Amino acid sequence: MEKLKPTLKNMTLVLVGVAVVVGFILAYVNHVTEGPIAEKAKATLAQGIKDVMKVDGIQVTKEDTVKTNVDGKDLTYIVHETSDKSGKPVGAAVESTTTGFGGDLKVLVGFDHDGKITGYTILESSETPGLGAKAEKWFQSTADGGKGGKSCVIGLSPKDGELKVSKDGGQVDAITASTITSRAFLKAINEAYAAYCKQNTDGTSGASKQENKKG
Amino acid sequence: MSNYKIFINGLIKENPTFVLFLGMCPTLATTTSAINGLSMGLATMAVLICTNFVISCIRKLVPDMVHIPVYIVVIAGFVTVLQMFMSAYAPDSINKALGIYIPLIVVNCIILGRAESFACKNTPVASAFDGLGIGLGFALALTLLGCVREFLGAGSIFGIHILPEVTNVLLFVLPPGAFLTLGYLVAIFNKVRGNDK
Amino acid sequence: MEYLLIFISAIFVNNIVLSQFLGICPFLGVSKKISTSLGMGAAVTFVLTLSTIVTYLVQVFVLNPFHLEYLQTLAFILVIAALVQMVEIILKKVSPALYQALGIFLPLITTNCAVLGVAILVIQRDYNLLESVVYAFSTALGFAVALVIFAGIREQLALVNIPKGMRGMPIVLITASLLALAFMGFSGLQTGLGTLFGVN
Repeated sequence: MEKLKPTLKNMTLVLVGVAVVVGFILAYVNHVTEGPIAEKAKATLAQGIKDVMKVDGIQVTKEDTVKTNVDGKDLTYIVHETSDKSGKPVGAAVESTTTGFGGDLKVLVGFDHDGKITGYTILESSETPGLGAKAEKWFQSTADGGKGGKSCVIGLSPKDGELKVSKDGGQVDAITASTITSRAFLKAINEAYAAYCKQNTDGTSGASKQENKKG
Repeated sequence: MSNYKIFINGLIKENPTFVLFLGMCPTLATTTSAINGLSMGLATMAVLICTNFVISCIRKLVPDMVHIPVYIVVIAGFVTVLQMFMSAYAPDSINKALGIYIPLIVVNCIILGRAESFACKNTPVASAFDGLGIGLGFALALTLLGCVREFLGAGSIFGIHILPEVTNVLLFVLPPGAFLTLGYLVAIFNKVRGNDK
Repeated sequence: MEYLLIFISAIFVNNIVLSQFLGICPFLGVSKKISTSLGMGAAVTFVLTLSTIVTYLVQVFVLNPFHLEYLQTLAFILVIAALVQMVEIILKKVSPALYQALGIFLPLITTNCAVLGVAILVIQRDYNLLESVVYAFSTALGFAVALVIFAGIREQLALVNIPKGMRGMPIVLITASLLALAFMGFSGLQTGLGTLFGVN
C-alpha cells in the first residue's frame, strides 16, 4: 500500500477523522466509567465516616456545608451529621482542609456531641511522601515514640482550648521531625471543630442542643 | 529481527531509563515506594503497547506532514482511557500517589519516541512487542528504583517491613533521594553492562 | 499578598523541577552551558505563561459548559502544540532576532511536561485566572532559575576529573540531588511568609 499523498484534503481528512474516532471512544469510556467512579468516591467517604465515628450501624442524617472566611480566604467545611442504628444522634464527621508543608492537607475528623475527637482519617495530603501515611497512624497511637503516649488526639476535645503541639506549649507531641505537618494537622482539627460548633448554632439540631437537654 | 529479539532489545540494550534516559519525570516522581513505581511502570507499558500497535496500523494512512499531531491525538486518547479506568477501578492509594503523572504520560518522551522511531516503520505485531519490551524495561527500572528508595527511606519493600524504624533515612523518599538513588543505579548499570567509558 | 505567596512558593518552595519533578528532560538535557540554559528558560517562561492562559480559557469556556471535562488531556496537549507552532511562526515574522535566540528550543517545549503539568494543576487547584497567570509565570521562573544554576554547576563540573564509573549521567543526577537538597532549605519559607502576611 502506498502512503497517502500529503494533499491538503488528505491531511485534513486524516486529522479530523482520527480526532472524531478518538472523541467517540472517549465519550463511550467516560459513559461506562462515570458510574463506578462516583460510586467509589461515595463508598470511600462512607467508609471514612464509619471509621472516624467508631460506632456500629452508623447513618448519615444530614450533610451541611459551612463556609467561613479566615484572613480573607474562603474555607469550606462539610459536616456530616450522624446517628446510630436507633436514630440517636452521635455527633458529626467534618471534612476540613488546611495548608500544610507542601500543599493542602484534607482530613476527615469525627466528634461526639461533647466535642471529643472520636477518630480521624487523612483524605488528601500533598505533604512529603510517607509523612501523610505516618500522620495517619501517629495521632491515634498511644504507644508511639516512647514519649508517654502524648501523641494521641483521640478523646481530646478542642472545646478545652485549641489543640497545639507540645513545642508551642500544647498537649500533643508532634511527629518526629515534622512539626509543620503536625501543626497543620492540629489546625485542621481545630478549624473542623469551629465549623462543627458554628453549624450547630445555625442548625436546628446538634450537639449544643443535645447537651442542653441532658443538662 | 524476531519478536523475541525486539523484546530483549527494548528490555536491556535500549532500556529507556538506564540507557536512553527518557521519561525521567515519572521515574523520579512516582518511585517513592515499590508499589507506586510498579503501578506507574505498568500504566506506561499499557499505553505504550496500545499506541505502538495502533500507530503502526494507521502508519500508511497518515501523511508525513501531519504525523505528529495525529500521533499525539492517539496517545492522548489512550492516556485518557487509562486515566478513567484507573480512577474507576484502581485502589485510591495508587490514584493519589500517581495523581497528575497519569495524564502526563502523554508527554512522556518514551511514547512519542517509540512511535517515531519504531512503530511508524514496522508491522503492528513487531511494534506491539517493541512496546512490551520497552514498557517492561521501564516498569522494571521504576520498580527497582522504588524498592531501593522504599527500603532505605521507610525500611520496607512493597509495604512489608524489614528494618526497624530507627534505620530509616527519610531523605531517600524525598526529592533529593530520587536523584541520588537513580544516579548510583545508573552507575551500577553501566558497570554491569561493561561499557563505562 | 496571596499572589506574593504563590510567587515565592512556586519559585523556591515547590520548585517545579527539584520538588515536583516536572520538566526533568530539558533540565538534564539543555543544561550544559549557561547561555543555552538562559535561552531555554526564557522560551519556557514565555510559552508556559501563554499556554496556561489559553488552556484555562479553554477549560472554562469550552470544556466546562459542554461537560467535556474528560477531553481535558487531549484538548490541552493539542492547544499547547498548536500554540507552540504559532509562536514559532509569529516570532519568525515579527522578531527574527528573538527567533534566532529562542527558535531551536520551541519544538522541544511541546513535550516538556511542565507545560501540560501546570495547565492541569491550575485547574485542579481551582485557581482563578489571575492566580493561574501568577502561578504559571512564577513556576516557569522557578524552572529557569533551577536550570541556570544547574548549568553553572555543570560548566564547572566539566573541568573536574570525575571517577570513571560516575562520568556522564550518574554525576549529573547526583549534582541535581545536591541542588534539590539545597532547595529543600527553602521549605519553611512558605509557612513563615504565610504568618508574616496573615494569609493561611
